[in-house]
Amino acid sequence: MSNFLNDSLFAGVSISLIAYMIGVFLNNKYKMPLFNPLLVSVILSIVVLIVADVDYEVYNAGASYLSWFLTPATVCLAIPLYEQLHVLKKNWFAIILAIVSGVITSSVTILVLSKIMKLNHKEYVTLLPKSITTAIGMGLSEEMQGYVTITVAVIIITGVIGNVLGEAVCKIFRITHPVAKGLSLGTSAHVLGTAKAMEMGDVEGAMSSLSIVVAGLMTVASSIVFSNLI
Amino acid sequence: MKYLKQFLIILAITFLGELVKYLLPFPIPASIYGMILLFAALMTGIVKLEQVRDTGRFLIEIMPAMMIPAGVGLMVSWDALKKMLIPVIIITLVSYFPVQIVTGHIAQFIIRRKEEKVNE
Repeated sequence: MSNFLNDSLFAGVSISLIAYMIGVFLNNKYKMPLFNPLLVSVILSIVVLIVADVDYEVYNAGASYLSWFLTPATVCLAIPLYEQLHVLKKNWFAIILAIVSGVITSSVTILVLSKIMKLNHKEYVTLLPKSITTAIGMGLSEEMQGYVTITVAVIIITGVIGNVLGEAVCKIFRITHPVAKGLSLGTSAHVLGTAKAMEMGDVEGAMSSLSIVVAGLMTVASSIVFSNLI
Repeated sequence: MKYLKQFLIILAITFLGELVKYLLPFPIPASIYGMILLFAALMTGIVKLEQVRDTGRFLIEIMPAMMIPAGVGLMVSWDALKKMLIPVIIITLVSYFPVQIVTGHIAQFIIRRKEEKVNE
């Protein structure tokens, strides 16, 4: 059996997608951010591979065809950005300045904490893209030679934190303007923060999805500078 | 046919993104160059929204599934993660809050000031 699995090109993709569908199902049924489909599918796939005693390389020989789509899909993020251009135009100064500040805050916090905890360069650049969307963060981590898989895990966990606590943070710290709420969620917790923002309102949702792309691009720019600091 | 045509346009732009990455010395992923190129093409009308929208939306919708293999890769990087596990957990938790608070308050401050000016 495991011999057959070792030769199959479609086993990896099938396992991943079945696990993903289970994640989507759980997420719809229990509306809990911990049942994030990506998180569920990654854990389930790892369990299946360990139980069936299949190496990651074997799994990835097939599953890597899934990753292949990530680059063109990321290119397509230009489409929602273009569609929301009118929202950006209206408050462009506040939006750009707020997102730039958020991105710099993220980089500075990670830099300071990494210095305190004596992380090495590779570990530090792994964490730099933690607030941005996985699509951009993965590529960025790879370019900076971080541990891409750890970056992915940290990005998902950051998103889950935003999805669970983001609304409470707005309340406690008196972020009340709908535009500000959306920007803060999208900049700090990418797609998962945006899912929350969309529940909060249309303006919040539009602002949050806009910040995913803008914050992603700015983090790429800021990382060029920050990656040299440790 | 429509979807194949849209996919072809997206792939061609992705290829141009790879080309730009090859020519420029920055540590920027090809996907980012591609995104900027597609955005510029939409702005200038070289590519019309309808020529990429449906396939583009589909790709964006299923994007999380494309990241599964990378996430499963944690299996092999467990050794690296084990060494940095505690700093990773602390940094991930602690750094979340300042980012959201700073972004929200700067946006709110500028917008409120602008609204006050309009009201005066």
